[in-house]
Amino acid sequence: MFISYQFIVFLVSVLILYYLVPKKLQWIFLLIANFVFYMYADIRYPIFLVITTAVVYTAARIIETYENVKINKSIKKKKKFIMMTALFIVLGILICVKYTNFIIRNFNICLIRTGHESIPFVDFVIPMGISFYTFQAIAYLLDVYWGRCKAQKNFLKFLLFMSFFPQLIQGPINRYNDMSESLYERHDFRWDRIRFGLERILWGYFKKLVIADRAGIAVSALAESRESYTGIYVIAGMIFYAVQLYADFTGGIDITIGIAESMGISMKENFIRPFFSKNIAEYWRRWHISMGTWFKDYVFYPCGISRPVKKITIFCKRHFGMVVARRAAVYISSIIVWIATGIWHGAEWRFVVWGLLNGIIILISEELTPLYHMFHKKFSGLSDTVFYRGFQIIRTCFLMSCLRLFDVYGSVKNTFKQFFSIFTGFTYKKFGLQGLEGLGLLPADYIILFCGVIIMFLVSTINRNGNIREKLLNKPYVVKYIIFTGMLFAIVLFGTYGRGYDAAQFIYNRF
Amino acid sequence: MEKTSIKQSILHILQELHEDIDFENEKRLIDDKILDSFDLITLVAELGDEFEVEITAKDFVEANFNSLDCLTEMIYRLMNE
Repeated sequence: MFISYQFIVFLVSVLILYYLVPKKLQWIFLLIANFVFYMYADIRYPIFLVITTAVVYTAARIIETYENVKINKSIKKKKKFIMMTALFIVLGILICVKYTNFIIRNFNICLIRTGHESIPFVDFVIPMGISFYTFQAIAYLLDVYWGRCKAQKNFLKFLLFMSFFPQLIQGPINRYNDMSESLYERHDFRWDRIRFGLERILWGYFKKLVIADRAGIAVSALAESRESYTGIYVIAGMIFYAVQLYADFTGGIDITIGIAESMGISMKENFIRPFFSKNIAEYWRRWHISMGTWFKDYVFYPCGISRPVKKITIFCKRHFGMVVARRAAVYISSIIVWIATGIWHGAEWRFVVWGLLNGIIILISEELTPLYHMFHKKFSGLSDTVFYRGFQIIRTCFLMSCLRLFDVYGSVKNTFKQFFSIFTGFTYKKFGLQGLEGLGLLPADYIILFCGVIIMFLVSTINRNGNIREKLLNKPYVVKYIIFTGMLFAIVLFGTYGRGYDAAQFIYNRF
Repeated sequence: MEKTSIKQSILHILQELHEDIDFENEKRLIDDKILDSFDLITLVAELGDEFEVEITAKDFVEANFNSLDCLTEMIYRLMNE
C-alpha cells in the first residue's frame, strides 16, 4: 500500500489539508482521510473495523459506569461478563476471517483419511491490518476493565484511534493512553516537525525500495528453486532474508511513524537495534516491540497470575517441590504466549512451530542462566570484552535467522529439510559468482545491497547515542542537502520497481 | 499482620529470586529491569501463597512492584480488603 503513486498523492494531500483545515476540525478530517484510505483498499474493509470498534467502545463505556458504583460480587460479575462478551466477539471476528480455512484444512485431512468428503473453503474478506487493530481494541478494552485507562466517550474519536491509516498497514499495535492525547489535540504547522517526519518517511522508502525489495528477489529465487539451492545457499538465504525482513518491516514502520510525526501524533518505537541483541529474550524486547509487549501485558502476565495457573503452581509445590513449582507458571504462560504469537503471524503450522521454537529456546536459555553465571565467575571480565559481546550478537543473529527459515520455505517439512542440508550438503563448490547471479541479482545489485546494509548499520550505531536527525540538524546545510538528496536519488535510481513492483507489499501487510 | 512482618517476608521471597540484589534500597525494580517478566510471575505466585491474597491483573502494575515498599503496601492493602 505504501508503494504506489496513489498513496504518495493521498499522503501529500492529507498532510497539506491537515494543516489547512481549522485546527478544531483536524481530527475529524483525519478520520475522514482514514476511511477514504481504507475504502480505497477495499470498500468492505471498514465494515469489520467499525463493528470491532463499536463493540469495544460500547463495552468500555458500560464497564466504566460501574467504576462509580460500590464494587460487590454481582458488579464484578457483570463487568467481567461484558468484557468477556466483547472479547469473544472481536476475537471471534478475527478468528473467523483469518483462521476458518486453516481449521477447515486440518479438519479435511481427518475427513479424507476416514473416507468422508471434505468441507469446502470459505472465501472470507480478510481486512487489511485486522490482526493489528483487533489487538489494539483488546488492549484498550482490558485497560479500561483493569482501570488503567479512561474510556473514550466520543465514539468518533475512538474510531479515529482505531482507524489511523498508517498503522492499518503493518502496525504498530498502539496503546490508547500513549497515543490519544497527541491524536486529538490541535496541531500548529511546524516546519521542524514536518521535516523530521518527511526525513523519516524518506528513510523508510529507502530501506523498502532500495534494500528490502532487492534482497527479496534473491530470497524468492532461493525459495522457489530450493532443491537447487541447498547447503551454503540456505545460509545465503538466511542472510538475504534477515536483510529483507528488517529493511521491509522497519522501513514500513519508519514511514508510519514519519507520517504520524508530520502531524504531531506520537507513536512509540517498534524496533530498537534488534540485531545488536545478546540473546533471544533481548531480541524480542527490541524487535516488533508493540507485539511483544502486547503479548506480555495481555496474555503472559494475566495467564501467569490466573487462578488455574496458580492452582497448578501450588499443586506442583506440594507434590514436586519448589524447583518445579517455580517453573510451572512461567513455562505454561510462555508456551501459551509463543503458540499464540506463532498463530498471530499466520494460519499455518509452520508459524506455530516457529513460535514454539522461540519459546523453547528462551526457556532453555533461562534454565542455563546458573551455568552462565558459573562460567562468568570463573572467567570474570570475559563478558565485558568486545569479543564476547560480538559472539553473543552473532549467536543471536544466527539463531533468529535459522528460525526465520520457516518464513522463507513455506512449510515445516521443507524448512527442516533445507536447514539440515547445511550440514549434509554443505559445499563451497556450488557457491560462486555464477550461483549468485542465478538469484536474479546483477553485480551492481550486490554492491547496492552491501552499501545499503552498511548505511543501515551506521545509522543504527549513530542512533545509539542520540537521534541522528537531531544531530543532522546541527550540521551545515550542504551536508543535510547532500544526504537527503542522495537518499531521494537512490530511491528513484536504485529502487526496485521492476519485478514485483505492482505486487510488492510489505511482508507484515498480510497480517 | 504488621507491615514490618509483611516487608520481611517479601524481602525473603525476593532474595530467593536474586540473592545478590539489595532489595531494601532498590526503588526501580521494574524500571531498571532488575525483575524480569519471569521473576514477576514467580513473585506473584509466591506472594499469593505466602499471604493468601489474590493479586489480580488490576494490581499487576509497575507502581505496585517497583520497590519492596510498594510491594509491602500492596500486600497490606489486599490483606485488609
